[in-house]
Amino acid sequence: MLYGLMAYFDSAERLLEALRVLKGRGYRHLEALTPNPVEGIEEVLGGDGRIPWIAFGLGVLGVGLGLFLQIYTTLDYPHNAGGKPLLGWPAFIPVTFELTILTITVGIFLFLLYINGLPLAAHPAVRAKEYVRVLLDEYGVFVYATDPRFDLESTKALLRELGAEVEEVRRD
Amino acid sequence: MARREPHPDHDLIQGEWTEKALVEKLLEPVEKPAPRPWRVVVAVGAALTLAWLYGLFVTFVRGLGTWGINQPVAWGFDIVHFVWWIGIGHAGTLISAILVLMRQNWRDSLNRVTEAMTLFAVLAAATYPLIHMGRPQLFYWVMPYPTHMALWPQYKSPLSWDVLAIMTYLTISTLFLYLGLIPDLALLRERSRGWRRKLYGWLSLGWTGNAVHWQRYRAVYVLLAGLATPVVISVHSVVSMDFAYGLVPGWHLTVFPPFFAAGAIYSGFAMALTLIIPLRKWYRLEGVITERHLDWMAKVTLASGLGVAYIYLLEIFIAWYAGEPAEWAQQLWRMTGPYAPYYWAMMLINVVLLQTLWFPRFRKNLTWLFIFSILANVGMWLERFVIVIISLSHDFLPGNFQLYYPTWVDWTLFLGTIGFFLFGLSLFIRLFPPIAVAEMVHLFHRLRKH
Repeated sequence: MLYGLMAYFDSAERLLEALRVLKGRGYRHLEALTPNPVEGIEEVLGGDGRIPWIAFGLGVLGVGLGLFLQIYTTLDYPHNAGGKPLLGWPAFIPVTFELTILTITVGIFLFLLYINGLPLAAHPAVRAKEYVRVLLDEYGVFVYATDPRFDLESTKALLRELGAEVEEVRRD
Repeated sequence: MARREPHPDHDLIQGEWTEKALVEKLLEPVEKPAPRPWRVVVAVGAALTLAWLYGLFVTFVRGLGTWGINQPVAWGFDIVHFVWWIGIGHAGTLISAILVLMRQNWRDSLNRVTEAMTLFAVLAAATYPLIHMGRPQLFYWVMPYPTHMALWPQYKSPLSWDVLAIMTYLTISTLFLYLGLIPDLALLRERSRGWRRKLYGWLSLGWTGNAVHWQRYRAVYVLLAGLATPVVISVHSVVSMDFAYGLVPGWHLTVFPPFFAAGAIYSGFAMALTLIIPLRKWYRLEGVITERHLDWMAKVTLASGLGVAYIYLLEIFIAWYAGEPAEWAQQLWRMTGPYAPYYWAMMLINVVLLQTLWFPRFRKNLTWLFIFSILANVGMWLERFVIVIISLSHDFLPGNFQLYYPTWVDWTLFLGTIGFFLFGLSLFIRLFPPIAVAEMVHLFHRLRKH
């Protein structure tokens, strides 16, 4: 069974160019695989503005948790410490701060895994024999065979035209 | 063709490299047989770790009476070493977090090994408060949980802040280290066989290098760096408040948070130098950890050390200026009492010898840098000894003045955590690349291609 085509490009510029052309031709079911972050990729594949907002939401949750924890426990068992006000809020800052950071850190890490679809047990592109190249120094595009525009010969020809070395990825 | 001026940081990677050659080089510690000194470090680390386990066994079976703590010095070596290790951890987070935000390219070759250093240092530190409880199985008493006694932790006390600060710090530094490792784990997964392939496969979580994932990954990485930055400063500040809240002469000072934070960065960078100088030599990493890297580290050591030295002098001034007899007596006790050699040794290292780092000749001399980095941590150990033990041995009542005598269990537990730290770190660099491969290749790109 054919999973798709893996195209290897030797520079990030060529990768971006190829992605633009493929998008222009109406390909939708494809992935770019790169050894490190590529500048300008969000213009082609679309950016993701959710992370700061989710982090902010988690931060608000963390502040709430921290204050709730301390205010609730103080009111549940009122205890006069050195004649200080029962709800002396300045003393609550360190714990609130730490819990805020803890909530954001753990939450955003799990959210990152969730939006990236990780953990992932198997991915068709990894079956490409030369796959390790895109983790080293080359830039890959994986075009799924399920793409409506996909046609083995013409897609392969298009990718070669864009300067790629192309490999058919099959289930063995 | 655009003009091709060399990048101002082009000399951070020295020698002729291609991406492939660079990756091969950086994966050598994991993929090639280990050099002989590595085996020695593992053996020494393992032996001391066993001694540590024996020390713990004695502590748990026979109790805290086997330690040298008593009244009035109820905080002995355990708290000295807790503070010492926590401080050492700080350089890792500083390099990985603060220097990301400041876009310092030189951090890329240092962050992985220092983050691992942080992890093992914080783990070593966390054992001390646990065993100091005497009944460590009851550690959950410090957590807020509903009990039949309807009691809660006292959240106006820095000791309960400390629990959360340390746990947050351990969590965030572990996640930061792990997040940075994920792309490298994917690379190792594709390059290894057998059990290693399974291990890296599981740990890499199926990372494929998807460009969209990379964008989000970068966003989260920088975000975590931004969050870790205030945590670094807060952790040792909170540790210092454990002391500053007490009335003991020598502890009751508002200057403690910046004092501890500066000391932490100073000792952390010193420990990083102690580890990186041999690592660089044994694995022949001179091309990626250049003299410029070490020079920068020495400069940060100097800057933070000067902060520490300034506060030493300030402490003397405050003790005199405050007009509080017990404070001034404490200062004289430190300078002229039975512990005076410890105090003056600390001053010699952290105030006098530190000044050598002003001079490029000393900073470029790796032998001196290595020796000084060890001395600096001896100095910081002495500082914690001065703060914790000397202060407690001389409080308000002359009837309370007592000296502190550590037992062999105290020493075993200290040497044991050093062994655990070395053992853990050497296994870490055998399993995971000590230099962040993906980040170095990215840096190589930025330096050479643009």
